[in-house]
Amino acid sequence: MASVPAAPRVHRVTRGHRLVRGLTLVALAVVAAIEVGPYIWMLSTSLKDLPAVTQFPPSLLPRPPRWDNYAKAWQSGPFLRYAVNNVIQTVGILVLQLGFGCLAAYGFSKVRFPGRDAMFLVVIACLIVPPQVRFVPLYMLFSKLGLLNTYASLIVPYAVSALGTFLIREAFMQISDDILDAARVDGAGLFTLIFRIMVPIARPAIVAFSLFSVVYHWNDFFWPLVMTTNDAVRTLPIGVAMLREEGTGARWHIIMAGSMFVVVPVLAVFAVAQRHIIRAFTFTSLK
Amino acid sequence: MWVGWGLVGPSLLLFALVYLYPIVYSVWVSVYDWDLATPARWAGLRNYRELWSPEFREVIGNTVGYSVGVVVLSQALGLVLALALNDRTRLSALFQASVFSSYVVSWVAVSLLWVWLLDPQYGLVAYLLSLVRLPAVNWLGDHRIALVTLVLVTVWKTVGYPLVIYLAGLQAIPGDLYEAAALDGAGDWQRFRHVTWPLLTPTTLFLLITLTIASFQGFDIVRIMTQGGPVTATMIYVYYIYEQAFQYFKLGKASAAVVVFFALIIALTLAQWLLFRRRLEYTA
Repeated sequence: MASVPAAPRVHRVTRGHRLVRGLTLVALAVVAAIEVGPYIWMLSTSLKDLPAVTQFPPSLLPRPPRWDNYAKAWQSGPFLRYAVNNVIQTVGILVLQLGFGCLAAYGFSKVRFPGRDAMFLVVIACLIVPPQVRFVPLYMLFSKLGLLNTYASLIVPYAVSALGTFLIREAFMQISDDILDAARVDGAGLFTLIFRIMVPIARPAIVAFSLFSVVYHWNDFFWPLVMTTNDAVRTLPIGVAMLREEGTGARWHIIMAGSMFVVVPVLAVFAVAQRHIIRAFTFTSLK
Repeated sequence: MWVGWGLVGPSLLLFALVYLYPIVYSVWVSVYDWDLATPARWAGLRNYRELWSPEFREVIGNTVGYSVGVVVLSQALGLVLALALNDRTRLSALFQASVFSSYVVSWVAVSLLWVWLLDPQYGLVAYLLSLVRLPAVNWLGDHRIALVTLVLVTVWKTVGYPLVIYLAGLQAIPGDLYEAAALDGAGDWQRFRHVTWPLLTPTTLFLLITLTIASFQGFDIVRIMTQGGPVTATMIYVYYIYEQAFQYFKLGKASAAVVVFFALIIALTLAQWLLFRRRLEYTA
């Protein structure tokens, strides 16, 4: 008796379930379209000419595509200089962060000395000091030293990373001392130990941190804005932002083309190392 | 021992120079009147008292409004999306990628893109609204709406982060708990209410605090999209510090604002630390 009314109920649940699943799929598709659509619009605008940009209603397909917008955007400022500076800034910061980070992480994890743990607490404390707290005083400092508008003003304030030091130390701590002892017996010196033995083993953490650092500083707008007024050291995000201040009227095709200079490299890296990047950004912030 | 200090010493010196010195210096400058051009004059706590002006209270109001909007919306949306994706592995990877990509794209590019999309005359959004016969909205020019617009753009850019963190949190919930709940006759809502939500509490609190701290640091979007306007409707904290320092050259006042800002960050971090004495196993 009991099973008879139960059957249609089960049936109804699965049908309702299928409906819910279908609706969630539609909702997810809408969200994905809202998230991705604007980039398609960015691309489309970057290939239009001025009449097409100011046409209402707008059209999606640029006819014909104006690839020379990219050349125009590139030439409307010293963009080669900006790009080179962006690379120097990003790579310079990364190299120093990893160099200092690996040395300090080794000292904090594998060498015993008095005061070590207190000093590590100092590093941890630096984790919570954001750039927004440091920019006014460091601007004053670099201005007093006559170092505004130099690569130093872009790189030195980020030469050490509390997060990087912390993450590399964590990874080093997982490495057993036996491996180190064995290497020492083989006659490995300190730097060989750190950079030839420890670093390769700690690679996942180091790669994750590096991705995080590179994406962050490649995109960074705030710090170069504060420290530079001179095109000789300015970077892509500043150059792109200035595209809007130059010229008159709706030059959105040029601005969107210029934005691509800063967006495409990041999205290319993201496309290749998507899972690593997602992990890098979530893993680095969870610690 | 010398090896140890030799290894950590260079880092520590740099940390002292670029992290600790700025804090001490800010506290020191904050009790002076200083405009860079003339010698600094002692001001005592006046810079802090001046922070309690109506103007600054508006900045606080805007910052809190922006933060609450961003945190609540992106967290709620992130959770809903994560729940919808949880048991769909292949779709989930693609979806995460499409949403998370914005998270790694430059704020400058995103802000410019949205200024263009929201252009009142030629923007795509105006066109789409006209298609469904909705009235035009002055997204960035209306002082009642501009801050909301910044919140929405920020959520658009950053929602990938809570999504990914919530997904990790969901995947850490043991499946047998759901089976047990199902055996007890719990429906979807009850399973969410009594299993998912309580077990996600650490994730939720973690996101609450990290997103709050992150949104407090907002600057680029304001600089590009509104410059704090219309009038002061989108003047948020860091933009205010920046203007005081580099537009009005009120270094003392800017430093006082920096000190208060840092105090707020410390308070939030302490809250986080107290809540997370036990590590976040769920999301790691």
